[in-house]
Amino acid sequence: MAAADITILTGAAVDGRGEYRARTRRKLLILAAMSVALCLSIAVDLAWGPARYGLDQVVLALFNPEAVSAQVRTVVWDIRMPVAVMAVVVGAALSVAGAQMQTILANPLASPFTLGISAAASFGAALGIVTTVPLLPVAAGLIVPVNAFIMALSATLFIHFVSQARGVTVQTVVLLGIALVFTFNALLAFVQYLASEQALSQVVFWTMGSLTKATWPKIWITLAVLLIALPLFARNAWALTAIRLGEDKAASFGVNVRYVRLETMLIVSLLASVPVSFVGTIGFVGLVGPHIARMILGEDQRFFLPGSVLAGALLLSVTSIVSKSIIPGVVFPIGIITALVGVPFFISLILANVRRSW
Amino acid sequence: MVALQLDDLGAYYGKKLTVSGISTPPLQGGEIVAVIGPNAAGKSTLFKRIAGLLKGPGGIRLTETDKGKKAISYMPQDTSANAVLTVYESILLARKQGSAWSVDDADLRFIDHVMQALNITPIAFRDLGALSGGQRQLVSVAQTLVREPDVMLMDEPTSALDLHRQVEVLSFMHAQARQKGMIVLIAIHDLNQALRFADKVLLIADGRMRACGDPLDVVTPAMLRQVYGVDARIEKCSRQFDHVIVDGVAA
Repeated sequence: MAAADITILTGAAVDGRGEYRARTRRKLLILAAMSVALCLSIAVDLAWGPARYGLDQVVLALFNPEAVSAQVRTVVWDIRMPVAVMAVVVGAALSVAGAQMQTILANPLASPFTLGISAAASFGAALGIVTTVPLLPVAAGLIVPVNAFIMALSATLFIHFVSQARGVTVQTVVLLGIALVFTFNALLAFVQYLASEQALSQVVFWTMGSLTKATWPKIWITLAVLLIALPLFARNAWALTAIRLGEDKAASFGVNVRYVRLETMLIVSLLASVPVSFVGTIGFVGLVGPHIARMILGEDQRFFLPGSVLAGALLLSVTSIVSKSIIPGVVFPIGIITALVGVPFFISLILANVRRSW
Repeated sequence: MVALQLDDLGAYYGKKLTVSGISTPPLQGGEIVAVIGPNAAGKSTLFKRIAGLLKGPGGIRLTETDKGKKAISYMPQDTSANAVLTVYESILLARKQGSAWSVDDADLRFIDHVMQALNITPIAFRDLGALSGGQRQLVSVAQTLVREPDVMLMDEPTSALDLHRQVEVLSFMHAQARQKGMIVLIAIHDLNQALRFADKVLLIADGRMRACGDPLDVVTPAMLRQVYGVDARIEKCSRQFDHVIVDGVAA
């Protein structure tokens, strides 16, 4: 062995540290801008409706309720606020659920909707509406959301445990999710076929997804799940980012890939199933929210995670505004509008930024 | 100084014991060990076993280290990645595993130093998905280095690099091993590079260790005929480097 005459290489000195810091500041600015946009969207959502108020009135109603009329106060706080907040919370929850599904399954198509979780929830809800048979012993008023939740959770856990089997690839998991979508859609059709006319219309309305079902208890439960999930994901931020480099690479960094996957999937199963059981099928947010965050912030989870929260919340909040703006006095189910609003925006983002889309 | 000794080490892949009977003399900090053998001999499996990613019988004796789980760093053979991360982010990620969110200047300075040494600063803010195979391999080397391990396991780190880069990277690893007292195990197919850079050579074939020792004691015409199935000679070039000259496929 004789390596003494070999020179050590020296690259050109580039201030990587300065550039990295500048890029980090830019990402924080983007997150701040998204937060401002979300606040604005919520304000518009509160102002918009059959009775339109100015943003100044909304701000007064929020921060000094005594300064506005009782009617404005009631409309803003009791009627519009639950819907506006539910849009934000559900959008955030579904988007984060989709983001982490895409991360741990290494698949851009993974989301609560594409993996059959929403379809399972729809079937559970339909079962509750048509048969009034609870899957858990609960009060009559809770049969539909609880049934939806149980089915959604079962579907998520089924996907998770199959994905843990030796030899199962991430592609297999996505195919399995697609199979679940078809299975639950068929079961849903079966239940619909047997349903009375009144029950059928309820089922169809439920599956369209609607924020008008929002109530404060539902909001608090969804928010609680989100607030429990986010710190757990944040704690694993470096590990989750490393998993996107591949299982072997993440393991070589010392990440316990199996454990992080299991923990993430369990949290995701709650994040995906709780909102769906309350508001019905809202398909697009869980798929697109994370893609928007990824394209503008990259996949470092320290930015990708809050980015997904804000992208999902903003997307559904804007959709909530659009859903009541198409025909004055009519609020369209948000599940229909989400895709119509999101698709053109999403396509334009992809085409403008093909390289960073996945 | 750190020392590593493998004691009748084996590795299970699934339920099958695919590698067994790997024993080495104590490998000392500062040494480069070339792990050689034909395709599917068990080199990657051995590395995964040493890195703790696979289970198996036998023991790994690592002494004089205070780095715990971070003492051993493994660079996998597969360096492909489609994550939307820049090169810089992916190297930072390797260094920050298990740490807090905040990134201090010392971390960034060290990353800058490693990137400059590997001559990859021009691609620092390029997305991983836009890199060539060779660039990905250099980034992977950087990811392994910034973890500042005592033992580096590098699975074919130069297989996608041009000749110039191969020599650059191997000489850099040689210098790093000497300067930092690291033990560097490199799985490599190029026996001439193994002879040039390694202090010891570990030969594996069919999941079993065939030899471990000084390069010229392991890489011999008899071994090349028996393990690789070629007729070959080992001769010194004009600059006194040992070279394997292959005459043809063994009859």
